[in-house]
Amino acid sequence: MNIFVLMKRTFDTEEKILIENGSISEDDAEFIINPYDEYAIEEALQLKEAHGGEVTVVTVGSEESEKELRTALAMGCDKAVLINIEEDLEDGDQFTTAKILYEFLKDKEADIILAGNVAIDGGSGQVGPRLAELLDIPYVTTITNIEIDGKNVKIVRDVEGDSEIIETTLPLLVTAQQGLNEPRYPSLPGIMKAKKKPLEELELDDLDLEEEDVMPKTKTLEIYLPPKKEAGKILQGELQDQVKELVSLLRSEAKVI
Amino acid sequence: MLETTIQEIDQMKQMVKQFVDNEVEPYAQQIEEEDQIPQHIIDQAKELGLFGISIPEEYGGIGLNTLGKAIVLEQLGRTHNGFVSMISAHTGIGSTGLVKLGSDELKRKYLPAMAAGEKIACFALSEPGAGSDATNISTRAEKKGDYWVLNGIKHFITNAPIADIFTIFAVTDKEKGAKGGITAFVVERDFPGLIIGKKDKKMGLRGSHTAQVILENCIVPEENVIGEVGKGYISALKILAEGRIGLAARSVGSCDKLIELSAAYAKERIQFGKPIAHFQAVQWMLADMATETEAARTLTLKAAQMVDEGKNVMKEAAMAKLFASEVFNRVADRAVQIHGGMGYVSEYPVERYYRDARITKIYEGTNEIQRIIIARKILEEV
Ligand SMILES: Cc1cc2nc3c(=O)[nH]c(=O)nc-3n(C[C@H](O)[C@H](O)[C@H](O)COP(=O)(O)OP(=O)(O)OC[C@H]3O[C@@H](n4cnc5c(N)ncnc54)[C@H](O)[C@@H]3O)c2cc1C
Repeated sequence: MNIFVLMKRTFDTEEKILIENGSISEDDAEFIINPYDEYAIEEALQLKEAHGGEVTVVTVGSEESEKELRTALAMGCDKAVLINIEEDLEDGDQFTTAKILYEFLKDKEADIILAGNVAIDGGSGQVGPRLAELLDIPYVTTITNIEIDGKNVKIVRDVEGDSEIIETTLPLLVTAQQGLNEPRYPSLPGIMKAKKKPLEELELDDLDLEEEDVMPKTKTLEIYLPPKKEAGKILQGELQDQVKELVSLLRSEAKVI
Repeated sequence: MLETTIQEIDQMKQMVKQFVDNEVEPYAQQIEEEDQIPQHIIDQAKELGLFGISIPEEYGGIGLNTLGKAIVLEQLGRTHNGFVSMISAHTGIGSTGLVKLGSDELKRKYLPAMAAGEKIACFALSEPGAGSDATNISTRAEKKGDYWVLNGIKHFITNAPIADIFTIFAVTDKEKGAKGGITAFVVERDFPGLIIGKKDKKMGLRGSHTAQVILENCIVPEENVIGEVGKGYISALKILAEGRIGLAARSVGSCDKLIELSAAYAKERIQFGKPIAHFQAVQWMLADMATETEAARTLTLKAAQMVDEGKNVMKEAAMAKLFASEVFNRVADRAVQIHGGMGYVSEYPVERYYRDARITKIYEGTNEIQRIIIARKILEEV
């Protein structure tokens, strides 16, 4: 099976986010493989173990993303591809990434492409579906289980806590939800072997793309932190009155009902 | 051997940290209560290659250089010290003799299973009558045809109850003693005449077991001599020197963890209407803990790097072991102090680190012996 995984280097979720001059400061931050992409990598490796084939992990990023690609190789992926846009593009959005990935993947005859459901930084969840649209292949998001038999695929997907069973066929793109699997740690021998595995670096030029082809379709106007969480309110008095007060607060203050 | 790059070392560090924090630490309390490390953790550690860090790639290990090993052990040191002691007695003193001095035949025979963690190794030098004065061992080995016959008692041998492969030191020439009369042997658990005594009840290091090893006319084939006959004492010193760097690295990792635990507790615990982290007395303890830990780390990594550069590190390894173990004890003491009464009860992990820290000043050569080694080198050098 010809398996591809889309991977993004993101902030460590345990990092504090600081905003400086209208953008998120990356100084001293720890970077990791986007956790949802880790599920995608693990599933790709399990598919390979069950069906044979090869796993290629792809990222659109910068020189720095090499570290996360090596980690993916250490986990067991066979090849890595870094599409380095650092020098070609000032900024990009989901369209940019999907378009670049499309140009790379269009002639690769992937049987299955796995991605994370969302990246924990931007959180748009768009790159996977957009790419599938461009490639004109089916896609299923937030999957929690996948079984492949020949060309037939049976998937369980998470729909806000409920499960949906979907039957579809290869070629296919899926995005991974938490619960799909328990990602393995890269083993020490895996880490040592990773450096002998191929890591290809491409730029827009190599994909016959110009900057205008992938200009972002969106513009970020402002980035700000959510309001500070305030201390909770403890209601007092008779239970009945408390309930009344709660309902009225939910209406007037929280505006949730 | 492949060279280990900075990037790989970084990846290993990250992996081991995640593994111990997420997979081992949650079981620390259970290990304390049951005095047993859950099998699934050991299995996972094997899969990750942690049992093969000292063994060259051609024998199925990872063949990390000393710096790489120190960094892995430093991260392991963050978690339950019994777990770490079990692994490092295997990868450190248990493996080093065979790796550095064993014949190709012995290496081919034993190392692959040790690298995979299928066979656990241990190192048996100490005896009831020979601790600091290891030259005084009385275990005897007599040559009979093409095999040796060993008789004697070893004690405090880490991993003895679970070990399959024993590096055992015995006197082969009483006249010569430490100067050419001690030999190292690799002995299998099933060799006739090797008996494991009862486990010691220890202050800490739960889950890691030490016991006596009794040799009663134990038959060892002649090819199982490690290195040369009569050169065992020098071998022991070499093995212990490297082991000391590992012990120092583990101590530094434990310090890191204790600082994290203490800082978090100090920010959370409110007294006099403020988090105790607000009080200068507490801040100064944290500052000293962190400063001493960094100094210990630097000394340890320097000694490790010197080994990789092919330098003699007898002095630096002793310094690293001495300093890092004392820092660990001071840091553990301050961690308990910052936790107040909570530092004295087993509900919080610092109580365990406090008990586990104590042994680091004793084993792999007491700190008094480290000082002797250091002073001797200084006096020699001048
Ligand atoms: C948990 C545990 C695990 C161990 N694991 C192993 C193992 O795997 N393999 C192994 O071979 N051994 C092992 N040991 C043994 C350990 O290495 C010895 O306990 C240690 O070397 C000290 O020897 P001793 O206990 O006989 O103390 P002693 O040598 O009797 O020392 C007692 C005190 O006298 C001091 N002293 C002795 N001589 C001098 C001197 N010349 N100058 C100044 N002070 C001196 C010592 O520093 C110490 O303070 C282990 C011990 C323990 C407790």
